[in-house]
Amino acid sequence: MKRQRKAKCKKGISIIFVTLVYLFLFLPISVVVVNSTNATTTKPYLSWKGFTFDWYIKLFENDELLGAFGNTMIIAIVSTILATAIGTLGAIGMYKYKFKGKGIIDALAYIPVVIPEIVLGISLLTIFAKVNIPRGMLTLILAHVTFSVPFVIFNVRARLAGYDNSIEEASMDLGANRIVTFFEITLPVLAPGIAGGALLAFTLSIDDIIISYFVYGQTKTYPLKVMESIKSGVAPDVNALSTLILIATIGLVILTQSGLFKKKKEN
Amino acid sequence: MEKAHSKHNWKSNTLPALVTVGPLTLILVLLVAIPLIYVVVMSFCSIDQYYNVEFKFTLDNYKRLISPDYMKIYGQSLLIALVTTLLCILIGYPFAYIIARTKSKKKRLLYMLVIIPFWTNSLIRIYGWRTFLGNNGWLNSILQTLHITNEPITFLYKQGTTVLGMVYCLLPFMIFPLYTALEKLDGSLLEASSDLGAKPLVTLREIIIPLTSGGIFSGSIMVFIPCLGYFFVSDILGGGNSDVIGNLIERQFQSGNNWPLGAALSIILIAVTLILVRIYKKMGGDMESLGV
Repeated sequence: MKRQRKAKCKKGISIIFVTLVYLFLFLPISVVVVNSTNATTTKPYLSWKGFTFDWYIKLFENDELLGAFGNTMIIAIVSTILATAIGTLGAIGMYKYKFKGKGIIDALAYIPVVIPEIVLGISLLTIFAKVNIPRGMLTLILAHVTFSVPFVIFNVRARLAGYDNSIEEASMDLGANRIVTFFEITLPVLAPGIAGGALLAFTLSIDDIIISYFVYGQTKTYPLKVMESIKSGVAPDVNALSTLILIATIGLVILTQSGLFKKKKEN
Repeated sequence: MEKAHSKHNWKSNTLPALVTVGPLTLILVLLVAIPLIYVVVMSFCSIDQYYNVEFKFTLDNYKRLISPDYMKIYGQSLLIALVTTLLCILIGYPFAYIIARTKSKKKRLLYMLVIIPFWTNSLIRIYGWRTFLGNNGWLNSILQTLHITNEPITFLYKQGTTVLGMVYCLLPFMIFPLYTALEKLDGSLLEASSDLGAKPLVTLREIIIPLTSGGIFSGSIMVFIPCLGYFFVSDILGGGNSDVIGNLIERQFQSGNNWPLGAALSIILIAVTLILVRIYKKMGGDMESLGV
């Protein structure tokens, strides 16, 4: 009896604790969502002036904001494709072949992960300035590829750890050449790792602020646009766009997570 | 295949190795190694009167690093990072434990609920905190409506607010590795321990923590290091009263425009990172588990 009560009490404390942490995590997000429906039109857009959905309509008239969002999407998509291709090929090559300098490449791949983002940001800024690459879309994409490539490598490598080389041998013995084997055998086996890496690269790109901050030139991304507007007060249309992105994110999280869990069960 | 044919296959493997690893090598050398080396070189350079970088060797930048004003900010930044890391462990550990040990279907939902805020733009979330904590913010409105206070309380622009923002941004980085470590933990060990008469705290100290220390280490690295550089958090919430090393660097590359000095300041962060990673590896830490 006593033991039961104790267990119940423990469970109660756990539930309260977990709920408090979730409240902490979601509190500022709820501020954003609520403020996206704030009818106020005066800076800094903080006092509550009643409920409205107007900002969701006005959002689509704010070309600057939409442009920044468009830039973010272009950069995220292009850098994800590049990082996924480069990282996947690299991880496979590092796994299969022995060559000089492999240890160095391996060590270099960890740097973007552990080094503070600001150091990566300023190092890219200085080198772009040195070789006269004008800052803009190109430098943003190069920077995003740089910091997301290692995450693709790690994800693909985790999948390679359980990879059975003999199926490739079998494929080649049966007459398939290297390229056919790569597309028909290697890639499908690694697909979950590649997808995981790509997803991570995409989200890191969309959210990045620190590295982009140093290499953007005239091409503002959505986070940079938010940063700029923070000084004068974030307008509710920015909140509205953030809310829409949040909804899309929730959808994406549910989709990918439920997918991943299903796969785990199959195995 | 590699072993059996390794000798005469060497030539035919050069091309595929080049095709697969080549692009990666190019990116890592051109966009990671060379820029970082260039930062080191720049930290020894001087500037002319127009603030252009001059390739004249000097130690002035390093001399300026040890000025008392800067020392104060290093101390402050390290303290903020340390407190943030400890808070993340204190909140993240029990939290990850409870989620990892949840048996029902709810576990998936609980885990997703951690990922969602992590995938929402961190800047807009930090601004959400500012809206909540400001003098005209939600919290003060609530407190005043409840007559707990008549004057608005200043929550912003303090070191504590910066720590709050850092904990908020970096907590998921602590929770993910801890969750992975705790999920692998074999439940029967805990049962055995309690069957043999160990009190829960003893089980925690002797079994659970030693078996999950890898998660604690990698989580701590992933919280502590970024914390030194997250200048936007202290900018938005700390308002200049709680600068971290990242703020010093950012200023030299924006308004201050003394790039060599900014490069020298970055060397501090590089050094701290190298030292911590070395300690982490010595303690048996796995580099791969730092990758979220």
